[in-house]
Amino acid sequence: MTALPQSTEKKLGLVIDLDTCVGCHACVVNCKEWNTSNYGEPLSDQDAYGAEPEGTFLNRVHAFEVTPDTGGCAQTVHFPKSCLHCEDAPCVTVCPTGASYKRVEDGIVLVNEQDCMGCGLCAWACPYGARELDALAGIMKKCTLCVDRIYNENLPEEDREPACVRTCPAGARHFGDLGDPNSDVSQLVAEREGMDLMPEMGTKPVNKYLPPRQKDTLLADMALAPKHEEPKGFLSWLDKALEAL
Amino acid sequence: MHPAPSVIVFTTLSGLGFGLLAFLGLGMPDVTGPVAFVFYLIGYGLAVAGLLAATFHLGNKVNATKAFSQWRTSWLSREGVCSVAALLVMAPYAIGRIFFEANWAVLGWIGALLCLATVFTTSMIYAQLKTVPRWNMRWTPALFLSHALAGGALLAGQGTIAAILLAVLGAVLVLSWKQGDARFDETGTTLGTATGLANIGTVRQLEPPHSGENYLLKEMAFQVGRKHSVKLRAIALAFGVVVPVICLIVLPFSHSVALIAVLSHLLGVAAGRWLFFAEAKHVVSLYYGR
Repeated sequence: MTALPQSTEKKLGLVIDLDTCVGCHACVVNCKEWNTSNYGEPLSDQDAYGAEPEGTFLNRVHAFEVTPDTGGCAQTVHFPKSCLHCEDAPCVTVCPTGASYKRVEDGIVLVNEQDCMGCGLCAWACPYGARELDALAGIMKKCTLCVDRIYNENLPEEDREPACVRTCPAGARHFGDLGDPNSDVSQLVAEREGMDLMPEMGTKPVNKYLPPRQKDTLLADMALAPKHEEPKGFLSWLDKALEAL
Repeated sequence: MHPAPSVIVFTTLSGLGFGLLAFLGLGMPDVTGPVAFVFYLIGYGLAVAGLLAATFHLGNKVNATKAFSQWRTSWLSREGVCSVAALLVMAPYAIGRIFFEANWAVLGWIGALLCLATVFTTSMIYAQLKTVPRWNMRWTPALFLSHALAGGALLAGQGTIAAILLAVLGAVLVLSWKQGDARFDETGTTLGTATGLANIGTVRQLEPPHSGENYLLKEMAFQVGRKHSVKLRAIALAFGVVVPVICLIVLPFSHSVALIAVLSHLLGVAAGRWLFFAEAKHVVSLYYGR
């Protein structure tokens, strides 16, 4: 049934550090690679080498600019966005076929592709745009938190984390149990005041975002004095002579 | 939201069909034999055509029958269950009317109730979505039910009742537009809350995550509708309500006038329903600066 579990044993999820992310899209690429060649229907592309290429991705990196209302420097924030594995996931309860579910053991929100009829209602119910209907398969695709990696004993231990986390060259992505207050990720969230996206939607996301540090405000005396000096002697004569030509 | 033709056809036709069947279930008009046959044919035809149209937008139709399983949580599943139940309960009642000149009234009442329940469950598919603030209000079920009742009464040839219900529909349309216009701002959702960056300052999109389109943009960031909103509202009101009411009250009754009233109503409802989707803004469009 697509009823949500009362509680889950673990709350596996991601912590994304907006202060560290450089917007390189490596997580996007590695996510696509892993999830198109392993569990479930591949993530198809349409018109991949044509004029209007598009395709299914489970993770996308937006870029925003924030300008402080107090007049400080504007800053660029690279913003990776994927499924937040919400505790109160609206995408699960709207599913008419029972394909969408939230796992009791670790809280991961998954789609059972054998049951999905591709109606798209779960994608409508998600405020974050985390679900995309694959145009080729006609089936709803979403982040699985790399459920086929994190428990996979055929992989070396260091690879048993989501592909996006494993590949991030900046260390901006962290994976762990956010239900355990002593876990590394929970402590990181507590320390850096991790936040929810659109808390007003009442979805209780498990994934947390760490806010970027604010930039310094540029004060008048912070500017360096100009280094340009008027030429003297021969150079001064040359300057005037060339000017007069 | 993308105004998919299949969904517009579905909600428009099945709404009318179930509305007509509801009136027939209540014995309005009180017909039997061949006349009843024609009425039930129209009712069933519209309802079933609408339901079939709804399956056109499914990506993976082989699993469509599984949609009856999750009625405990899903409004879409409840709609499936209700619609089939309504059609099954109305069938023996229709057979009684057509072939036996019988009026098994209790069966008809249950059928009528199930028809209206189907329309209600359809409306709740939209009204439940917090992500589309324009739909996420009590006026949405009121709008769908008043559409079904007014259209059903019109098709059932209930002159005065139809005129009154059409007037009610007009009022509900205007009120739902007015309330709907304010809904997005009422939620307080902005790009600032969507990114959590509102604490720092004003957020704007610097660049999108991909150069082309994607499923989210095609499905949930439809922009054309908002541009023509006022004109479409006028068309929906004029053709959906005003013309049919004039036909019913002012003009003398004839089958051709009734046909004009029905066709005009259908056009108005379709325009309004197109706008219902095209005008609705999904919160995910904020991430794309739309």
